[in-house]
Amino acid sequence: MAKVLVVDDEPNIVLSLEFLMQQAGFDVATAEDGEAALASVADDAPDLVLLDISLPGISGFDVLERLRADPAHARLPIIMLTAHGREVEREKGMALGADDYITKPFSTQALVDKVKSLLTEAP
Amino acid sequence: MRHDLVVLTVAFGYLALLFVIAAWGDRRAEQGRSLIGSPTVYALSIAVYCTAWTFYGSVGRAAQHGPSFLLIYLGPTLAMLLSPFVVRKMVRIAGAQRITSIADFISARYGKSAGLGALVALIALVGITPYIALQLKAITLSHAVLVDYPAPPALRLAAAPFWADKSFWVALVLAAFIILFGTRHLDASERHEGMVAAIAFESLVKLAAFLSVGVFTVFVLFNGPGDLLARVAATPELAGAMSLETVPGGALGWVGMLVLAFLAFLTLPRQFQVLVVENVDERHITRASWLFPLYLLAINLFVIPIALAGLLLGTGGDPDSVVLTLPLASGLDGLPLLVFIGGLSAATGMMIVETIALSTMVSNQLVMPLLLRFGRLPRATRRGLAGRLLAIRRVAIVLILLMGYLYHALVGDAYSLVTIGLVSFAAACQFAPAMLIGLYWRGANRLGAALGMTAGILLWAWTLLIPGFAQSGWLDAGFLADGPFGLDWLRPYALFGLEGWDIYTHSLLWSLTANMGLLVGVSLFTRQGPLEQTQAALFTEAMHPRLAQASLWQGQTSRGELRALLDRYLGAAATARVFADRTAEDDDQPAPAALIAHAEQALAGALGNASARVLIDSVVRGEALDLEAILGILDTTSETLEMNRRLEQKSRELAHTSEELRAANERLRELDRLKDEFVAMVSHELRTPLTSIRSFAEILRDSPDLPEDKRARFLDVVVRESQRLSRLIEEILDLARLESGRLALSPRRLDLVELARHSVEAVQRLQEERGIALDVAIEVDDAPVIGDPDRLEQVIINLLDNAGKFAADEAPRVKLCLVRHKAHYRLSVEDNGPGIAPEERERVFEKFHQIERSDDTPARGRPRGSGLGLPISRGIVAHLGGRLWVEDAPSLGGACLVMELPEAPADKETPAEPATS
Repeated sequence: MAKVLVVDDEPNIVLSLEFLMQQAGFDVATAEDGEAALASVADDAPDLVLLDISLPGISGFDVLERLRADPAHARLPIIMLTAHGREVEREKGMALGADDYITKPFSTQALVDKVKSLLTEAP
Repeated sequence: MRHDLVVLTVAFGYLALLFVIAAWGDRRAEQGRSLIGSPTVYALSIAVYCTAWTFYGSVGRAAQHGPSFLLIYLGPTLAMLLSPFVVRKMVRIAGAQRITSIADFISARYGKSAGLGALVALIALVGITPYIALQLKAITLSHAVLVDYPAPPALRLAAAPFWADKSFWVALVLAAFIILFGTRHLDASERHEGMVAAIAFESLVKLAAFLSVGVFTVFVLFNGPGDLLARVAATPELAGAMSLETVPGGALGWVGMLVLAFLAFLTLPRQFQVLVVENVDERHITRASWLFPLYLLAINLFVIPIALAGLLLGTGGDPDSVVLTLPLASGLDGLPLLVFIGGLSAATGMMIVETIALSTMVSNQLVMPLLLRFGRLPRATRRGLAGRLLAIRRVAIVLILLMGYLYHALVGDAYSLVTIGLVSFAAACQFAPAMLIGLYWRGANRLGAALGMTAGILLWAWTLLIPGFAQSGWLDAGFLADGPFGLDWLRPYALFGLEGWDIYTHSLLWSLTANMGLLVGVSLFTRQGPLEQTQAALFTEAMHPRLAQASLWQGQTSRGELRALLDRYLGAAATARVFADRTAEDDDQPAPAALIAHAEQALAGALGNASARVLIDSVVRGEALDLEAILGILDTTSETLEMNRRLEQKSRELAHTSEELRAANERLRELDRLKDEFVAMVSHELRTPLTSIRSFAEILRDSPDLPEDKRARFLDVVVRESQRLSRLIEEILDLARLESGRLALSPRRLDLVELARHSVEAVQRLQEERGIALDVAIEVDDAPVIGDPDRLEQVIINLLDNAGKFAADEAPRVKLCLVRHKAHYRLSVEDNGPGIAPEERERVFEKFHQIERSDDTPARGRPRGSGLGLPISRGIVAHLGGRLWVEDAPSLGGACLVMELPEAPADKETPAEPATS
């Protein structure tokens, strides 16, 4: 069963994402900041990451950059979730190697579809 | 008696040496390695001022009139000190306008007037010829003294046929020299480098010769200056010889002589030639302005000792010959010969330069205009006229020297050297008003200059020249004493009853007064023509850095016609130079204005400005002068300075304004950036609760079979996040009102103690739920302040909330204190959390600043702040005249926020009444 890592510092958002992913049939791991996210990627070996940008400590961009710098995670599907709706930030996220960039608030159905499609694409 | 043959051999040998030097100078100039490109050579060439008159006459005048001879050298000294201003301007103009002589200069200044140029040339001829004669006389006299001594010199002037007169041959040799080195180029505005080199050499020779006699007199004839002065003091009749009272005319005589020498130094044709026309570099003027006065000092150093020695030793004969007779009396051979050569050099130097200057004037200001006017120049000469022009100048040279010789032979006996010199000086001074006033006053016009100069020269003739003739026996001298036709007030030496003046000062006063008066008066009441206005502007504004000779022609002519004109007057080579960079164009094409201007300049250099203008006029059709261009120049000259000043002021103001605008723009951009940032922050803060609300709403909608506990929990999230959203919107609105100053506060007198207790009650239940221990320490009975109770309560609750959020996890504690501090009340809220680092303490008041706790883990069930509470609190407190800041918690060790409000003034009407109850 595919495993999704949910990274966000808002407990209620983590709660909703966790429920959505479980309902869609995935295992879920959660992290509240960048350090915990990096640790979870190493420990839990998720198949996909939902990554918030505004995190305490190291930001979501930093986490993305570090993961992409590691060959082991170069192709790990990562979806950025952010409350920053500005185009420059979206471009920055894509340039850093995010697979998608979803602005909050989002359609739960669209998010679940996106996660599913990325996971079935993967070999 | 010396061998005449030896003397003649040495003399002509010396002249031959001059030829060699001049030829060398010209050769070097052609090779581009100029001999005269040095300020020292320039200063030495100016010393052509010191003629035979200086060489022999100074001693003579000192012997007769004491130290007054010095004035003749103080005038030029003064003029040279001013030369960096006056002469520099003249040089600048002469360069721009291709000026060839002082006559050309004055003619050009007054609208290239041919008439005025001719007048100056005539005055110069009449006034200066005696001066040339004087040089010949000096040569003849010194030669006779040298050969005949100790017998009195036998001049045999009128008695002998002219071929037996050596001065005639001297004149002819000089004519040959001048023709060779003075008329090499047609373009008279080009430098005569060989001639100038020879003149500078002559200045060295005459100085060396004079200093030799001086040293010989003081240190050989006497035992140094002390001995000489002691001997003079012991001779009663000589005691007062060098006192200042011996100057003719007294104090007025001093002034008159000084002015005379000052003006003549600038206006004598030869001085104008070396100072202005032959100047190769404006910068040389600076060095010459002190070097030349130094030369004058050196050559005058021994005048008084020699004069006194002559008087003491009584060499006899003419006082003008003392320089020569003093060494002769001592039986020397070599020194008298050296002195003779020195005198010869002084005389020939003057004659060479003066003759070149005069011949240029004669050809360009007298002959050429006449030939042009009466059409005596065949228009279609194949050979061209360049050679003919040079021939005219050469004939003029010979004629001028012959006139000098004739004057010398016929009149010369009657006058002393100095007298002839001063008469010439006074004539040259008549050019000064037109030249100097014209240099600085743009209004001076041609009619004024012409009338002034005419009146001046007539008065000069009446008060100096004619009496001179009378005194030499040519006229009945009766009118001197009684006036013509018995008219007493017309007596030449006491005009209009002005008696008792020295004759030169007297003449100068009348002639210059009339000259200047007419120049200024007539100019004020008559108008200038357009060309006159232009030239006046070009002269007076010559130092203006941006003023270049503008192309004023707008008439039409073909290149071919222009080329033919130049060909005829300048020859093929000079024409080719003018057309040099334009050879590619077709001769049938119309000539551009710049080319016409260039052609006129080239013609002016050869023919003078007036003739050049006439010739250009003859080929250019249509309205020749571009009146608009002239008006343009007039505008850009007189008004330019004022305009520049105003423009500078305006541009300073503009620079200041634009700096202010730049700063304002900078502030606006900063504000705009902050606003963008604020909007981004707000949107970010709103999206977070909105995300939870939408997500859970969709989950609840899409999952009908959700277990009841989950459904309740999710609905609770939706409700709490909605409340958070409302609170956030409320805060954002508060902040916006605060910043725009529209926050509605209703301040009134209230008791802070009461309010604090009220606030504590409001948060107590929640704090207790979270296990926070809340202490209250109110140390005053009441605390009257002015404030809005609702807003202040909002502030206090916010402080208590924050403290609760940041208190330690284990046994969290919060403490509220209220104390009086001077005329204020201080309400502080502290916690036992990790505290706030000093560098963070101001940042917590920034909008959306989230305080990060090092040990923070947000999932602890404490709601995150929006980051707006503290900025809003600070804004409210500031509105009420108080302060809000962070410090170390005094008792609990965490952070401490302190609010300070001023004590309300004692209320007279109502005693402190509880604000809220």
